[in-house]
Amino acid sequence: MTAKIITVTSGKGGVGKTTATANIAVALAQMGQRVVCLDADIGLRNLDVVLGLENRIVYDLVDVVEGRCRLKQAMIRDKRFDELHLIPAAQTRDKNAVSPSDMMKLGDELREEADWVIIDSPAGIERGFRNAIAPADEILVVTNPDVSAVRDADRIIGLIEAEQKEPAKLIINRMHPEMVQRGDMLDAEDVLELLAIKLIGIVPEDEHVIVSTNVGKPVVLEEKSMAGQAFRNISRRLMGDEVPLLNLEFKDDFLTKLSRIFK
Amino acid sequence: MSDWLKKFTNQPNSANEAKERLKLVLIHDRTDINPEVMEKLKDDLLKTISHHIAIEPESVTISMLHEGREQRLVADIPLKHYDRSKVG
Repeated sequence: MTAKIITVTSGKGGVGKTTATANIAVALAQMGQRVVCLDADIGLRNLDVVLGLENRIVYDLVDVVEGRCRLKQAMIRDKRFDELHLIPAAQTRDKNAVSPSDMMKLGDELREEADWVIIDSPAGIERGFRNAIAPADEILVVTNPDVSAVRDADRIIGLIEAEQKEPAKLIINRMHPEMVQRGDMLDAEDVLELLAIKLIGIVPEDEHVIVSTNVGKPVVLEEKSMAGQAFRNISRRLMGDEVPLLNLEFKDDFLTKLSRIFK
Repeated sequence: MSDWLKKFTNQPNSANEAKERLKLVLIHDRTDINPEVMEKLKDDLLKTISHHIAIEPESVTISMLHEGREQRLVADIPLKHYDRSKVG
């Protein structure tokens, strides 16, 4: 069996790419899949800390590309799942140390090692982004429901189209249902209409994400977290399951219920 | 603040404003056509068409329409009303 390669990207930084990558990967591993995560954000590596694997790094992506180690030596095994591995980004190099064709070659080698390869892309529209999408079979664009994140997502979607890749799918992260309800945040429908691409999941704002990042334990491992549930659902959709969207309807208090009557 | 309270205080719905602003920004980002270019295009079009047929320059509208991720330039150019009673 050969792996499917998924790249998670965004345009704007700080929208939750690394969190999404880590959680989708862990959720797939939870379902018994063999997963390799690849941090393509050279110079600004973070997937290692989000996964809690920062103390195990010996070799990195650039070591593999430049032939200083074998592929398997750079694959760090996860603490919790034997079939989940991370290839970390190099921290002291820059994005020009790797080319899109290096990434294609690496992607082809990784296809033999797993069922899924999940690549964490750097923000931006330059070399690092092009490296990250080069080997991708499917691209997921992460955005937040705000003006600048949506605008940058649109740029990235245009560039993905220009590369003749399969149309990207959208993850809307950090949704505040109560703000949407009072008309102070773009809702998923608005964002989809503006960007005109398919949705693969909506992730609500959730304090559990920060707590889980603090301890290096992705939020999908937190049964009660809504964000965790949303990421589990995204992974199931990647597996081909039909999963309804989470009900993010804000729990009405008495006053908002009353206000509905006056709408 | 709830919607009905907002109606009383006349506070705008910021999500709608965000959406409207984004619509315009995305059209410009996708096509690299800014309002100045649109105006110039409109002037040139009017000049060229006026060479051949009589039109109502004030009623001409040129706009960008988007269907999915496709952009389309749409021009609506009303012809000048032709008074038949004066003919012959």
